[in-house]
Amino acid sequence: MSAAREQIISGIRKALGRGPLDETGLAPIRQRLKGHSRHIIPARVNLDAEGLVELFISKARGVSATVEAVADMAAVPQAVARYLTQENLPARLVQAPGLADMDWSLAPTIAARSGLAEEPDEVGLTPAVAGVAETGTLLLTSGPETPTTLNFVPPTHIVVLRRDQIVGAYEDAWDRLRVNTLLAGRQPRAANFITGPSRTGDIEQKIQIGVHGPLRLHIVIVEC
Amino acid sequence: MKHHPTSAKFPSNARTALADPVLQGALRNLKKGFPVKRAEVVADLPEFEALRDVARDIKDHTLNHLDAYLEIYEANVVRSGGQVHWARTAEEACETVMTICRDAGARIVTKGKSMVAEEIGLNAYLDTRGIERVETDLGEYIIQLRDEPPSHIIVPAVHVTKEQIGETFRAAHNGLDPNRDLSEAREITDEARDRLRQKFFAAEVGITGANFLVAENGSSIIVTNEGNGDLTQTLAKVHIVIASLEKLVPTMEDAMAVLRLLARSSTGQEFSVYTTVSNGPRRPADLDGPESYHVVLVDNGRTAMLGTENQEMLRCIRCAACMNHCPVYSAVGGHAYGWVYPGPMGAVLTPSLIGIENSGHLPHASTFCGQCEQVCPMKIPLTKMMRYYRNQAYASGHGSKISRIALGMWSYLATHPGLYRRVMKIVARGLRWFSGRRGSLSHVPLAGGWTEMRDLPAPEGETFMERYRRERGWGPGQ
Repeated sequence: MSAAREQIISGIRKALGRGPLDETGLAPIRQRLKGHSRHIIPARVNLDAEGLVELFISKARGVSATVEAVADMAAVPQAVARYLTQENLPARLVQAPGLADMDWSLAPTIAARSGLAEEPDEVGLTPAVAGVAETGTLLLTSGPETPTTLNFVPPTHIVVLRRDQIVGAYEDAWDRLRVNTLLAGRQPRAANFITGPSRTGDIEQKIQIGVHGPLRLHIVIVEC
Repeated sequence: MKHHPTSAKFPSNARTALADPVLQGALRNLKKGFPVKRAEVVADLPEFEALRDVARDIKDHTLNHLDAYLEIYEANVVRSGGQVHWARTAEEACETVMTICRDAGARIVTKGKSMVAEEIGLNAYLDTRGIERVETDLGEYIIQLRDEPPSHIIVPAVHVTKEQIGETFRAAHNGLDPNRDLSEAREITDEARDRLRQKFFAAEVGITGANFLVAENGSSIIVTNEGNGDLTQTLAKVHIVIASLEKLVPTMEDAMAVLRLLARSSTGQEFSVYTTVSNGPRRPADLDGPESYHVVLVDNGRTAMLGTENQEMLRCIRCAACMNHCPVYSAVGGHAYGWVYPGPMGAVLTPSLIGIENSGHLPHASTFCGQCEQVCPMKIPLTKMMRYYRNQAYASGHGSKISRIALGMWSYLATHPGLYRRVMKIVARGLRWFSGRRGSLSHVPLAGGWTEMRDLPAPEGETFMERYRRERGWGPGQ
């Protein structure tokens, strides 16, 4: 225990005019930490599942992400191939090991590798934990199956999102992560809420899309 | 280079700023940008006003139990495999960061934007100890190359034009075609991306700030748009988070409530592109992420603000809404304030941190129009706090002799109602007489600065009290 720590903690108590909190004082704090009670949730997410998907799509498009829906997982490889062709991008990608089931024989032009992203990888393909309709935000987490570099290193990021992963508020998305954490016994190292491709307003306040993170964010929604 | 505070020279800094046409152009841009976008997204969230109360209460609750939450936070960081270092002062914080860098054998250190790092002078500290420090936020990178301090807490290079950035890059980036096109933001951004890419991969240590520390799970949260903060922390071997004590919130739900206000208030976005929750070092089976995770908790004057008139300033989330809406900031820009924090929040925080004796002008750098308070997502009573510091400045003998004498006379007059009414009668009649038929005055003694730009409408000759008495038939005596 460092002297700095001691002094800061005792300085805080002195400033607040009290000693350490006793059990009675700590009880409401413990309750708050365990209770996960929510504050005001925007009424805009009071929608049925259909409405949330629509809201998610329009919000994501509003922040310059592109979105398309496909019928099932088997349709994803071709959708990805179409997207790469249409954007004039090379037919090579790195995918999250968690997407190992993806059947690339359905899109034979694509060369797919599994693993983390490095320079000069051009396209990263990942799953997501949730899509947040409130602002068209994706929640992705790190893990052996989902390296974080895939979300940030390649200039193009394609995300596969199941329709039933779309929720209303950030809190709903975090609750899904909490379930995963309980199952895994540990919170993932990184949880990334991603809302559109990277941007900056640092040059004369004009928005430039594509800085250090991806220039393109493409979301493929899988219906079932 | 170390940037020393020049807050004591605010009047001359401000005059220089007002005469700088490039800066004035940039500030006009700023006024047309953020406030307009903020108004749009706030109108689009009917819950915004209610959320301001929620956010204020979250921070007040946390500050009033800060010792307990810090202990819980620390225990949870340790549980996640990270380390917490406590620093009382700027010097201690810099030393701690340097020690971690040395232990990691760091030569190159990438760094995301952090206001507390500016506050403690971390940049100069690392630069003078053999570390190649690379700022990775585009705005911070630009001002690092130009060796300037930030002029805004969100867009640090807001005072620099596209042309100037092009010249700066040409001078700094060796090995590229000297005649390459850098006339547009696109080319500039791409060149910065290429340059910094190499650094992200080469850095041994990545330093980021924190927008929130979460007690519940020992996580730190950063909010960025460029993705630089994520590359900084994911690619380096060691991730250092530097954060001041008041960044703490109890739960993720608390952080999310405040996050709904942050980007909207700041850049007028509904949500920033990247909100990243970091929790300890990489897990055993992870393919990427830092091998160690350190948090440097910085006090540097925070505990001294707790339990005082200044405690409410500790709610500040550094969104910059106050400066984006401030007529004084919009006229003089950030550098005039002379230290790290400009605008209304700086006018309160700077005296709290470096002393009113070094910043006596700042609480006066306000028209008290109150816009800052109206837009502050954390409901900080900025004008009340500036008024407090004006009193402090006066009490500590700050200000010119004439203004001090005038204030002294005024306070005597204002606290003696009988005398006040008699003097006002004379003044009102006098001004009426001097103004003649025009009904206004183009010059008033001791108020030359005011009448230089406009005329003073003269009183009608009767004071308010006299008129009240005449019309109602009663009132305070003469």
